[in-house]
Formats: sequence, structure tokens, C-alpha cells
Amino acid sequence: MNGLKKILGFVWIAVALIVGYFGITVLGIPKITSGKQEDLVFGIIILFVLMPIISGGLGIFGYYSLTGEYSDDKK
Amino acid sequence: MSEKHYESYENMTEKQKNRTIWSVITASSLGTLIEWYDFYIFGSLAVVLATKFFPADNPTAAFLSTLATFAAGFVVRPFGALFFGRLGDIIGRKYTFLVTLLIMGFSTFLIGCIPSYETIGFMAPVLVLILRLLQGLALGGEYGGAATYVAEYAQPNRRGYWTSWIQTTATAGLFISLIVILVTKTSLSAEEFDGWGWRIPFWISILMVGVSYIIRKNMKESPLFAKAKSEGKTSKNPLKESFGNKFNFKFVLLALFGAAMGQGVIWYTGQFYAMSFLQKVMNVESAQVDSLMATALFLGTPFFVFFGWLSDKIGRKAVMMTGMLVAILAYRPIYDSMFKSVNFETKTVAANGITEKRTVKVHDKIATDSLITFHKETLYSDGTLAKKDSIVHWSATGPVMKDGKAEEPKVSQSVKLNDDTKWYLVLMVFIQVIFVTMVYGPIAAFLVEMFPVRIRYTSMSLPYHIGNGVFGGLLPAVATYLVTTGKEAGHTAWYLEGLWYPIGVATVCLVIGIFYLKSKNNNIHE
Repeated sequence: MNGLKKILGFVWIAVALIVGYFGITVLGIPKITSGKQEDLVFGIIILFVLMPIISGGLGIFGYYSLTGEYSDDKK
Repeated sequence: MSEKHYESYENMTEKQKNRTIWSVITASSLGTLIEWYDFYIFGSLAVVLATKFFPADNPTAAFLSTLATFAAGFVVRPFGALFFGRLGDIIGRKYTFLVTLLIMGFSTFLIGCIPSYETIGFMAPVLVLILRLLQGLALGGEYGGAATYVAEYAQPNRRGYWTSWIQTTATAGLFISLIVILVTKTSLSAEEFDGWGWRIPFWISILMVGVSYIIRKNMKESPLFAKAKSEGKTSKNPLKESFGNKFNFKFVLLALFGAAMGQGVIWYTGQFYAMSFLQKVMNVESAQVDSLMATALFLGTPFFVFFGWLSDKIGRKAVMMTGMLVAILAYRPIYDSMFKSVNFETKTVAANGITEKRTVKVHDKIATDSLITFHKETLYSDGTLAKKDSIVHWSATGPVMKDGKAEEPKVSQSVKLNDDTKWYLVLMVFIQVIFVTMVYGPIAAFLVEMFPVRIRYTSMSLPYHIGNGVFGGLLPAVATYLVTTGKEAGHTAWYLEGLWYPIGVATVCLVIGIFYLKSKNNNIHE
């Protein structure tokens, strides 16, 4: 199980990168550049609040998993 | 004093403990229910509030409206969780959630007192925005306090059952807000409601908060926190201990990605996306949507308590992960079946079932400018009634032109369901509410059990509010984007595309939950 958690760490880091990429290019930047004021607010929230939480948080989770922080002997 | 309180509680008989915990649950649940009521009132009356405070033709007011909508959920709720969580771990649970209750109550009451944009201009939307942000802040601090307070009173083998009463409050708050608005609307004329009646649901809040405040004020501090405080074991800096310490922070991340984010999207799908899907994708009449949602919520609410109780018997993880798994597998078949239940291609038009009318509304000042409405009603043999209004803008010389072409008519459609279809849809929404109760019923006990008493309020509040406020709150925007993109791309099942968001998030959460969470419920007495 501990070995599997370490392998999954790579998966979560990859998912974090993919989510970050699509969050920025598909949701964030198009919203900011759409010219509509309500989109601007939403775009700023996506880029500067949501992406750091979602992508950054999942990335750190993946890193911890990879380095064995969630191993049974560390709980 | 605090040590005495802990000892006297520990020395109580089982019967005395049960009596105490019922008063604890009443005090906590009532306050939390009112906070959810206050939060939803704003959303449920958003259309009226927009006309009073945020005129659409004014860009600055529209900007403030967007801030009020997004910032309260995405930014301020998690911030409230940090701010009040810290206070709760330093000062105590009881005083902190008394403060959040008062902030929420007064903010809501004051929103109902603000003069309209027409009367005081920009001050109106600015004041509404400030009060809405205060609502989000208070909500962020409330839930963690109530859940922790009840859990720290509960016997270990019944913690899931007792805390599940807190879990019913979010759904009950939504239900009560719908009922209060419905009663106010039906008691007044449309003009009266639009003129001043919309303020009543906001004013009612202060009465409920007053009662709840008195009940909560007379409660004692949680025995576990009181003991920790008397022994000097409370944290001096809960934020640093929760998020600056790797050992605790990894559990905050695990709580978020292994439980709260999946729970958040399933909660929003079952209670809000289902409603939006019925209204916007299936075009079901708004009154029917309200009544069928209220019925499904009412029938489903007792299951929060059932699954909380079950989590004491077989473990929180087993109940929550099963809920997530069945939701992931069932969402597409459920929504496909809902959509096809109103499929006109399989229905037969009743004899003399088509009615068509044409009405003309002439502009007051420009007699040659008019709006022509083509109204068509189709009655089907099973009793379903489809209505379609096409509004065409007409000038003296013919249709109004835009970019060299006749202006597109504005089309609105609505469907009045027959009784069989209505009850079928109640069942479909009810099943989704059951998924909600499976993942949400045990989560308060689960989160409380993940963290030690000294940083519990802070550590459990943040993942909960990010899971619900951020991952759940993003659902409408992302799902709408996916549905629109799917429709434009010509996908045959475009109406199911929005479900990829909750399915994807819940799947990641399920995998993390299965492999990383412990199966056995934790002890919280450290």
C-alpha cells in the first residue's frame, strides 16, 4: 500500500499540472480578456484564488504522497 | 471551573448525558440552520435584489453584484473559516459561534433595511456587498464551531449520529428559505412583494437569531476544550500549527482531497445542479421545480441522521466512499432518464391540443414601435403542456433590423409536467439527495476525528469550506460551460456534459479516500 501511495503521488502531481493548465488557459485567461466586467471578476478569482488552492494544494498533496508522508508508519 | 465541567460531564449517567446532548444539539443546530437560511435567502431572492440594488444597465452596480455573488462563496467563506477557527481554538467554541450567529443575523436583518438604489444611489449596492461579505465570513466560522461543539459532547460510539443533526441544517435551511419566500409571496400581491414584501424574509431572521442566541448563551463550553484550556494545552497559534506544521497540514490536505471536495460536488449536484437542470435544460415551470425540489429535500433529510448513525456502526469511510461511488456511477443514467422523461418526440398531441395567440405591446411613446408575442401551447395526450413564446420586435416598416438582418426573436419555453412525470422526477432528485446524505451525513464526525482538540476548529473548517465553497461553488460555472460547449459541438448527449465536472472531482476524491483514509473511526480525546 505504501508503494502504491508513492506511485499515486506522481499521478496527483500530473493531475495538478493538467488542472492548472486548463484552469488558466480555458477558464482564467479567456474570462479576463472577454471584456465583460462580470467575467473579469470571475477570471481574477479563478487565477489568483482557485487555481493556487486546487492546483497548488493537489500538487503539494502529491509531493507528500511521493515522499512517503502518508505511509502507514508515519500516521 | 473548566476542569470541573469536564469531570461533571464525564461522571454523568448515560441518561443525563443524552439529555445534555439534546440541548447541545438543539442550540447548535438551530443556530446553524438559521445561518444557512440567511445565506440562501440572498440567493433565492437574487432576482428581486438585482432590480433593487444592482441595476443591470449600470456597469459599476453589475460589477458589485458579481463580487457579492462570487466573493462571498469563494473567498470570504474560507477566510471566515480561518479567522473564526483560530478564535475558536484560542478563546473557545461557544463564544466564537455566538459571534458568528450575531454577525450573520444582523447582516441579514440589515440587508432587509437598506433603501434601494433609486433612493440612495451607489451606497445601496456598496452596503449590500459589505453585508453579503459579512454573511460569508460568518458562515465560514459557524459550521466548524457547531460540529466541533457537538462532537466534543458526544459519546464516541454515537458521534456520527449526534453530529448528523448538524448536517441536516444546510438542507433544512434551504428548504425553510424556500417556504418562507413562498408564504410571503402568496400572502401579498405581486406589487406589494416587489415594493416591500421581499424584505420580510430578511427581517424574520432577527427573531430567529434572537431565540437562538438566548439558547446558545446559556450553554456551557465543550467539555474537551474546557479541559484542554484548564490544563493549558490549547494552542497559542492555531493557524501556524495547522498549516505551518507538516504533520497537521498533510491531514488538512487529506481531509480536503480525500473527503470534502467529493462531498462538496455531490452536495451541489444533488441540491442545486438538479434544480438548475430542471429549469434551464428541461424548461420545467419554475413553480413545479420549486415544489418537486422541496418534496425531494423533505423526504431525503431524515437520511442524514440514518447515515450518520450507520457511520458509527460500520465506519465513516465506508459510508462516504460508497455514497461517492454510487453517485459517480448513477449520475449519467439519472440525468439521461430525467431529460428523456419530457421527450416530446415520443408523445402524441391531444386532439385540439394546439392553441396559438398573437399579442401586440405598443411602446408608450413610439406608437410605431411594438413587441409582437406569438404564444403557442401544445397539450399532449398524457397531460403534459408545452408553452412557447416568441417575441418579435416590430417597427413601422417591418421587423427591426440588426446588422442587416431581422432581429432574432426572443424565445422562451416552459413545460408543465403531468403528475406521473412530476413524481418520477421527485424520485430522481430524491435518489440524488440520498447520495448527498451518504457523503454529508457522516462528514462532520469524520473531520472532527481527524484533528486534535487544540487545532480542531481551525483545521476542520478550512477543508470543509474549500470543499463546499470552492469545489462545490464552481459547479454551476463549470457545468454551464461544459453543457454550452457540448451543445455547440453537436454532441448528441450535450445535456449530460455538465456532469463530467462532479464525476471527475468525485472520482479523484474517491481514489484518494479509498487508498489514504483510515477505515476505523478515530478517538478525539487527545
